[in-house]
Amino acid sequence: MAAERLLQQAREVTPAELRALCARVSSLLREAADGPDALDGLRRLFLVVSATKYPRTLEPPLPEQLWASLGTAHPEPLRLLCAAVLRELPPAGPARDPQDAWQLSLEASVLLAQGDRRGQVDALGRHVFSLLGGRHPEGPGLRRLLPVVCRASSLAPRCLKKDQTDLLSKRLADWLRYASVQQGAAVSSGGFFTPRARQPGPVTELDGVVATEFFTVLSTGQRFTDDQWLNVQAFSMLRAWLLLCGPGAPDADDRSELEGSTLSVLSASGSLRTPRERLRETAFEYCRRLLEQSGRCALRKADVELQKACLAEALLVLDVLCAQDSSFLYRSLSCLKGLQARLCGDPAWVRTLLPLAHFLLSHGDAAALDAGAVCQHLLQWVPAELYHSPLLAFELLRFCRDHARLLGAPLALNFPSLLKLLAWNSPPLTAEFAALLPVLVDANTAPEMLQALLDLPCLAAALDLQLRSQPTVSERPLWDTSLKVPGCLDAFRDPQLHGLFQHLLRTRAGGRPQRLSPLFQPLQPMARCPRVVQCTQAVPVLLQAFFSAVMPLANGTLARELAQLLLERSDSLFQVPHYPAAVHRVLGQQLLALCRVQPPLVAELEKDLLCFLGGRGALLPCVVWAVGEFLSVSWTRRCTAELISRFFEALEALLFEVTQARPPAASWCPPELVTALMTALAKLASRSQDLIPRVSLSLSKMRSLALSGVAGMEEAAIGSRATELLQLLKMPGAAQLVLTPSPQAAHLRYHRDTNTALPLALHTVRRLLDREAGLVPG
Amino acid sequence: MVYAFLIHTLRAPQAQEDTGFCRVLYSCFFGAENSTDDSSPHSAERDRLLRKEQMLAVARQVESMYQLQQQASGRPFLDLQPQSSDEPVPVHEAPRGAFHLTAGNPFQEPRTVMWLGILSFGFALVLDAHDNLLLAESTLKLLTRLLFDHLRLLAPGSNLLLRADHIESILIRFLPHGQLLFLNDQFVQCLEKELNATCSR
Repeated sequence: MAAERLLQQAREVTPAELRALCARVSSLLREAADGPDALDGLRRLFLVVSATKYPRTLEPPLPEQLWASLGTAHPEPLRLLCAAVLRELPPAGPARDPQDAWQLSLEASVLLAQGDRRGQVDALGRHVFSLLGGRHPEGPGLRRLLPVVCRASSLAPRCLKKDQTDLLSKRLADWLRYASVQQGAAVSSGGFFTPRARQPGPVTELDGVVATEFFTVLSTGQRFTDDQWLNVQAFSMLRAWLLLCGPGAPDADDRSELEGSTLSVLSASGSLRTPRERLRETAFEYCRRLLEQSGRCALRKADVELQKACLAEALLVLDVLCAQDSSFLYRSLSCLKGLQARLCGDPAWVRTLLPLAHFLLSHGDAAALDAGAVCQHLLQWVPAELYHSPLLAFELLRFCRDHARLLGAPLALNFPSLLKLLAWNSPPLTAEFAALLPVLVDANTAPEMLQALLDLPCLAAALDLQLRSQPTVSERPLWDTSLKVPGCLDAFRDPQLHGLFQHLLRTRAGGRPQRLSPLFQPLQPMARCPRVVQCTQAVPVLLQAFFSAVMPLANGTLARELAQLLLERSDSLFQVPHYPAAVHRVLGQQLLALCRVQPPLVAELEKDLLCFLGGRGALLPCVVWAVGEFLSVSWTRRCTAELISRFFEALEALLFEVTQARPPAASWCPPELVTALMTALAKLASRSQDLIPRVSLSLSKMRSLALSGVAGMEEAAIGSRATELLQLLKMPGAAQLVLTPSPQAAHLRYHRDTNTALPLALHTVRRLLDREAGLVPG
Repeated sequence: MVYAFLIHTLRAPQAQEDTGFCRVLYSCFFGAENSTDDSSPHSAERDRLLRKEQMLAVARQVESMYQLQQQASGRPFLDLQPQSSDEPVPVHEAPRGAFHLTAGNPFQEPRTVMWLGILSFGFALVLDAHDNLLLAESTLKLLTRLLFDHLRLLAPGSNLLLRADHIESILIRFLPHGQLLFLNDQFVQCLEKELNATCSR
């Protein structure tokens, strides 16, 4: 690729070459700055300095010349390039004294991009405010400065003095309210005294009707006057500005300082208003007008998008206004009347429902307005129908995260709907959803949520089929057209499977739980669909997040339910390559974590576990380990000698089966299962010592079996584990200490304090074992 | 406000080995985050290095989001073929999306990235967490169309690396200092006329 080569060349430019380039550009700037060569030289220079992350040094006097070129009457491209090159250089020199607004704007772009190291942004802010404070602060130059104000003020809020913010608030209010309602005249270069060629017409609304109210960003014409441009700028920065100088900001409104202020004006009611109050009042009127204008039928397609953006912004501004001054609340309500019905009824406007819902959630209580209907629509209908829009999905999930507390219980109830957003757009939303999970999980829905997460790839497949089976609305189908799945579509329409698909595609939690395994087979051809595969990659992350959220809630009942689910679902997963293995890793780990939180679980789940030990489940090593670890009287009183011996027999039988099956059927019996089995048996025997002879017999068999075969790494590991356990069991006291430590042994004190018996005891046992095993000379 | 804007390369999902790396072709910070220790003499250099790394991190993430979205929708990846530059650029149909960046990864503040991928170019706005995304989306589409038109990215042999002044001219008008503007179509046309006058000079 040409760009790649060019970048490479730019990076490889040597200091000597750069010096030559600097010298050339420097002389061009001196002699022929307005010529094409200077422009070309600067373009190359910009590429050389910007292409590398390492610093480039420009030979003097070039940096100085670049600064100077920002201010002269050079052509715009040259000035812009000089600023672009300067942005890539380290901050240098004291603040300059710019001649005009254009130059100040360019210098500001450099200072702001370099990062403020010398308090220059402060100085910059003061300078901008002094220009704004001029007698006639109009003209095209000001357009360039307004965005600087907002940026500089947010970077250096200290630079805001009360009189300055008041000044700007007043100007903003004027621009917002009193921009010309006539179109701009068709003059371009004539200057100040150019005669008016022709009387320009009035501005119009977006639907072509002549405007009868003040000018806004949704008013239009052929040309625009300076104050109309400033109106656009003012509205664009309005929300940020209101937040910057709202209550809580430095120098916030203080009525006592009002006396004698030339900026304050008398309101209609006769009371004094601060400039900020007046700005809020103007902002409110502006938003009210935008809400009305957004309902007009725009003649141009591009303007419809702007209407949506304006509606959203107006709602956000209203929210800020109401938060700052509750008297706006009741007046806002009349503007919002009818809006909800209009927006809910038109899917094209659905994204504007989010700021509306935000407003209702934030102020609904105070205004006796119910956000319930909008939220219900957003949480249930919208995800279910419009999950395929990536930006909507992103915004909606962010909305849920930002308003989790206010949304409350409905959020958790609607999780199946929200999962659709995730299933369709898993790459950008996985982290968002994982962060939202703690709010979605509650003790009642946790088992259903676990099932739903495990079935997420199925959900993605079902959503795909749902889209395919609907009549096509757009020319560009939303699904992967290269994948043909007629069989799956038949299954989707099959009346027998209808109920299961309905369950999978449900929008609310609750209802009768159903096992979706009958869908796995018919959906199998969808397993290679990239969207389904992407989902399978998200599930392990989500499961981790789910379990960390659910663990603190896991009381005895919930832990039992989840553990049963884990066991059952571990062998009932949609078969996508690598998916079951990735899920098993998490499930195994979490099963042990559940047992750790609720140790009596193993005894309580006797039936399930014994049944599981009889099968060939993927979680077998974890279950075996859990039995060995937690089936102990120190964890639960229900652990009787009979219970231990029942588990012991099951494990013994399993070990026997495993060893008989090796090596031909070795594939299902990994060595970790064998070692886990041996260890668990030894642990149980250490607790019920009449079992020791039996386990010793098994262990010696295992040892001779391991050592008799071809000695691979695995066999050696099995052999040495068997030897260790055998030695340990010869000393029942030590065996109990090592294999069934009391729960207190986990206490930090026993590990930190060298005077306690534990380190000493372990050390001694280790020595005894090693000596018995002949690993070290006595 | 927009924190940064960048243009970078996009590669086809499958053939990653033979198409080089994801490259940032242009990037612009509108208001840099400062590192906390201002005292050390090299902190400005280090901050610039950090900013370049941050841009690359965003570009890579956009690229993978783009690739995953294309894969999922089963759409073939169109490499930049020299083709008729008279055809309008299909900006409205271009794949796009947004994702969130948590605080510290890679920026100090939490940010939202809005991206748009077209042919072999990715365009991305790094936004504050509470920016108006509807406006950001239409601004990004507008910027992309203008960049394609003015840099003639569809024409063979054109190279945006050596035409930074055109990019700057577009940004200073349509995204001045990172301020998202509520521009209706007629305002856009006025600005475009002004832009054409500047660029053709």
